[in-house]
Amino acid sequence: MRDFDYAAPTTLADAVMLLSRGNGAARPLAGGTDLIDHVRTGRLAPDTVVDIKKIAELNVLEASPQGLRLGAAVPCYRVYGHAAIVADYSALADSGHIIGGVQIQTRASFGGNVCNSGPAADSTPSLIALGAVCVIAGPKGTREVPAEDFCTDPSKNVLQPGELLVEFRIPARAKNSGSHYRRFIPRNEMDIAVVSVAASVTLDDAKQKIIAARISLGAVAPKPLLATDAAAVLIGQVPTDDILAKAADAARKIATPITDMRGTAEYRTHLVGVLVTRVLQAAITRAKGEKLDYRPGH
Amino acid sequence: MSKKRVVSATINGNTTEFLCEPRQTLLEVLRNVLNMTGTKEGCTNGNCGSCTVLLNGRPVTSCLVLAVEADGASVRTIEGVACGSHLDPVQQCFLEGAALQCGICTPGFIMQTEALLEQNGHPTEADVRFHLAGNLCRCTGYDKIVRSVLAAAEFKRGEATT
Amino acid sequence: MATGEKRKYKVIGTRPLRHDGVDKLTGRAQYGADIRLTGMLHGVVLRSPHAHAKIKSIDTSAAAALPGVRAICTSADFPDQVGRIVELGEGAVNMRHLSANVMAHDKALYKGHAVAAVAADSIHIAEEAAKLIKIDYEPLPPVMEVLGAMRDDAPLLNDDVRMTEMGTVKPETKPSNVAAKFLFTKGDVTAGFAKADIIIEREFRTATVHQGYIEPHNATVLWNADGKVTVWMSTQGTFTARQQTAELVGIAVSDVKVVPMEIGGGFGGKISVYLPPVAAILSRKSGKPVQIQMERAAVFEATGPTPGSFMRVKVGATRDGKIVAGEAWIAFEAGAFPGSPIAPGCMCVFSCYDIPDARVEGYDVCVNKPRSNAYRAPGSTQVAFAMETVVDEICEKLGVDAAEFRIKNGAKEGTRRVDGPVYHRIGMIETVEAIRDSEHYQSKLTGPNRGRGIATGFWFNAGLKSAVVATVNLDGTVSLIEGSTDIGGSRTGIAMQLAETLGIAAEAVKPQVADTDSIGYTDVTGGSRVTFATGIAAVEAAKEIQKQMVERAALLWEVDSASVKYEDGKVIGPAEKSFSFAELAAKIHEVGGAVIGHGTSSSAEQGGAFGTHCVDVEVDPDTGKVQILRYTIAQDAGTAIHPSYVEGQMQGGVVQGIGWALNEEYFYDDKGVMRNATFLDYRIPTCYDVPMIETIIVEVPDPAHPYGVRGVGEVPICPPPAAIANAIHAAVGVRMRDLPMSPPKVCAAVMQKK
Repeated sequence: MRDFDYAAPTTLADAVMLLSRGNGAARPLAGGTDLIDHVRTGRLAPDTVVDIKKIAELNVLEASPQGLRLGAAVPCYRVYGHAAIVADYSALADSGHIIGGVQIQTRASFGGNVCNSGPAADSTPSLIALGAVCVIAGPKGTREVPAEDFCTDPSKNVLQPGELLVEFRIPARAKNSGSHYRRFIPRNEMDIAVVSVAASVTLDDAKQKIIAARISLGAVAPKPLLATDAAAVLIGQVPTDDILAKAADAARKIATPITDMRGTAEYRTHLVGVLVTRVLQAAITRAKGEKLDYRPGH
Repeated sequence: MSKKRVVSATINGNTTEFLCEPRQTLLEVLRNVLNMTGTKEGCTNGNCGSCTVLLNGRPVTSCLVLAVEADGASVRTIEGVACGSHLDPVQQCFLEGAALQCGICTPGFIMQTEALLEQNGHPTEADVRFHLAGNLCRCTGYDKIVRSVLAAAEFKRGEATT
Repeated sequence: MATGEKRKYKVIGTRPLRHDGVDKLTGRAQYGADIRLTGMLHGVVLRSPHAHAKIKSIDTSAAAALPGVRAICTSADFPDQVGRIVELGEGAVNMRHLSANVMAHDKALYKGHAVAAVAADSIHIAEEAAKLIKIDYEPLPPVMEVLGAMRDDAPLLNDDVRMTEMGTVKPETKPSNVAAKFLFTKGDVTAGFAKADIIIEREFRTATVHQGYIEPHNATVLWNADGKVTVWMSTQGTFTARQQTAELVGIAVSDVKVVPMEIGGGFGGKISVYLPPVAAILSRKSGKPVQIQMERAAVFEATGPTPGSFMRVKVGATRDGKIVAGEAWIAFEAGAFPGSPIAPGCMCVFSCYDIPDARVEGYDVCVNKPRSNAYRAPGSTQVAFAMETVVDEICEKLGVDAAEFRIKNGAKEGTRRVDGPVYHRIGMIETVEAIRDSEHYQSKLTGPNRGRGIATGFWFNAGLKSAVVATVNLDGTVSLIEGSTDIGGSRTGIAMQLAETLGIAAEAVKPQVADTDSIGYTDVTGGSRVTFATGIAAVEAAKEIQKQMVERAALLWEVDSASVKYEDGKVIGPAEKSFSFAELAAKIHEVGGAVIGHGTSSSAEQGGAFGTHCVDVEVDPDTGKVQILRYTIAQDAGTAIHPSYVEGQMQGGVVQGIGWALNEEYFYDDKGVMRNATFLDYRIPTCYDVPMIETIIVEVPDPAHPYGVRGVGEVPICPPPAAIANAIHAAVGVRMRDLPMSPPKVCAAVMQKK
């Protein structure tokens, strides 16, 4: 593996300073499950690796009436082990539970997953569907970017040299809300999404009509997408099969997948429709407060 | 070359100091610096689980951990599972259940099973299969591994109540 | 479990703890990469980024100048092999090709082909040095698929390959990618098809797949100052590894010693050598021991695989369900050099049935993929996929039960195979009957998109050569030394046969696998041969011990040895004199030296193994994803020595077969670069993908073995792709004829049907 230096700052300011000084050749290390592999294979060539796990701000995990604060370095197992997340921000737990195997989940963080900016990243669609905002610290101070605007292209995002993703802020959940994330993979676990979908819905007091919805698609474009038109179809509607099919159609329209070893463009576009329907049904089930019968991979 | 670091970690209960380069993984240090070759290398990218160890009580693939990150941490490896000359219940159940053939994946499966049974004393077959999905075995078809994990869980429950 | 009749044996059929179990469970067992030698260097192999390219020049000067680099090698360091053909224990090999595979000569023939190697003080320095080696390539167009490679205008891989027909080269032939043609006929196939009421002819393709052992290849070599070379490695055959290494570096076989380390899976892929000759040259040049461990990507890109294939199979049957004729045309991708298992593929395609008239034609074809190697019943799984799905279609069209059809047409004692041999006592039909009568097959499968399929498979099973030495210890135990490397618990299976013959406990035998200087010639651990042939050798050794123990007892009792006999673990003399084995063992030194038994096996040939599988699947018609709901395997083990490890072989083979059926494949881009050379994207099954694998051990003893053993290792991989394809048809009505039956393909087939 390429030679590099290692630093483990304990303050945000020090981390930003180290990353700025690296002038693009310094890389943050959270769980390392992508970074270490990418350095080994030569995909990344950092001179310095900045371990950001010792910074308090990046380890925040706090649910309050104002919403959820999820530090960028918080590993997956803490996400799906958090009762409030499982109950109210379920899509995040769904994502965290299927990123790699359990060993990977000990280390991998949502922040790292989002910053790696893969189109098929499992955490990004859930963050988008739940309306997360990315809090970024940098040499010029702090700024906020909506999750759907964070990634720009495969392996690319809005972070400027010296900037660091600190945390996600997710708005509090309205009552009668439910969310779900699911991906299609050939195996049942340990795989990269061929297509993935996250959805969040809110039902009216009678739990009949959808009053709010957000849908996000993964692995069908250079970056995870917010499917605004597909969600718009649902608003004010009783989620009949017909309505869900219309949402699925709208989602398919924005998919521009590539053909690669994980699937053809045509197959992926087809799967968008299948998954949007299934994920919406699951999110609605949860919004009604019913138990969702779901086994990852099946 | 970046300067070597002194790392101090508790490995299988013993305070251990070692020198390593930042680029050396925990797997490499265990095997090549500390000569603890029980932890196996299968893929070096976290996809096979052969190098699973417990880092601060949680399972990790040691090929995806830098050894410098282990400073101040506790590490448990396959060499620390048996108590003296007595096999741990998980090892005993694997032995009696014929849960290994070539044995290269076995240390990883043992460590991952230890982690599972610490968290969940009553795993179902589906729980076991989900939890062990990050550990590949190409010989056994998993049948006897899964049965042995379930047997170990039952044994441990028996131990706990007596 | 084995059939319920009264147990014939004391040790055989029981489930003792394996002798190497504790070492492997505690991390103490030493595998190839675990050896540490003083002054050991680490080696790295530089590999071709091109699938097909001329190597115009190699400049190693910058690498050599890097501090910490101790030696560099290229093909120039290896002796010229010209075109020698050498018998290597499991078939003859062209040494020029083997040498060029270990280190590319003038051309790189696949992505990942070794072109140079470096040894340095650390793995990191070696990696950096390898990057500094400058190679001037002239890329050539690659040919990646078997039918394309057979065309006259296809890019040519090897200018020294000419097509042989049944072993001989016609003089006028030009260099070609087609290395060999095989033709087997039986009866009159035209007349046979004329009798058929129904004829089904279908085309099939299967993707290149890998053995997928979890332990990467490795070798640690010391070329000593006295010219003696020691190799520590994980290998399926120490003696073939010794011979290949000696031949490739150009020294006498007796100057090489191969020390077998524990081996982390092989499945046929750890017979050919890749690293030992390279590490040997680096050690000679550096004067230090050199260890090389392959990276996982190189394991996929440069070792193993079993061929992708194109097959056309045609079967005719009468209305009353009798097969009357069969015809097959099969082409296998050999990879960069000739040597695919096309011959066994041809022999296996109709091997499960009694077919009066048949014809099989097969081709061995070079393509720009790694040189193919044996993989668990090499060639048989591909052809079973084709034949067993055609059989299922005939059953469907005729409206007959798939099990009854197989029983009616099944091969049995006296059936002549298309390639000539006549079967002795075999258990094909018994395995189908076991499935037919199983609770699984008799149960009703309900629910939408669910279906059940069955399929049968065959593998020859090899005999070949084995040697063992057994020494009686004074405490009544026996030390057993064998040459068969133990991949899956065979040490215990061999020890049990020795124990049974001596009438002692399995635990009283202490088995050990020895290096090539310490035991007689032993062929590879492959061909499902070890429990059979090394078992025969152990029984021979035990009989020699019996004889010597009788003589020792006679001396102690001062009686004629003719009046002493060995019975049931006891030595019994006249006048009710008797010794238990342990009692006598304690006294042997009073009347002589060590009691040592030797055994060899060389001429015994196995009768062949069959298995029949039954699987229930559920297909998601919207995504094409197939879930395995239930799986039962019935297999003829002859006599199961250690039922747990027989079941383990059956279960492991099934799950490999499930992977081959559903998801495993080499995915190449248009430049011939493998895009999925990781365990993430080359999707072998995880435990979360499969259910428990139910086993039915059928025991039709093989008369060629003293206890009736049949090898069990290979045949369980053969039926799964066909059984699953048949189950998918039953579930959603589509016939899948292209492996893997991955979700996109199944989805497309379901959509097309709609």
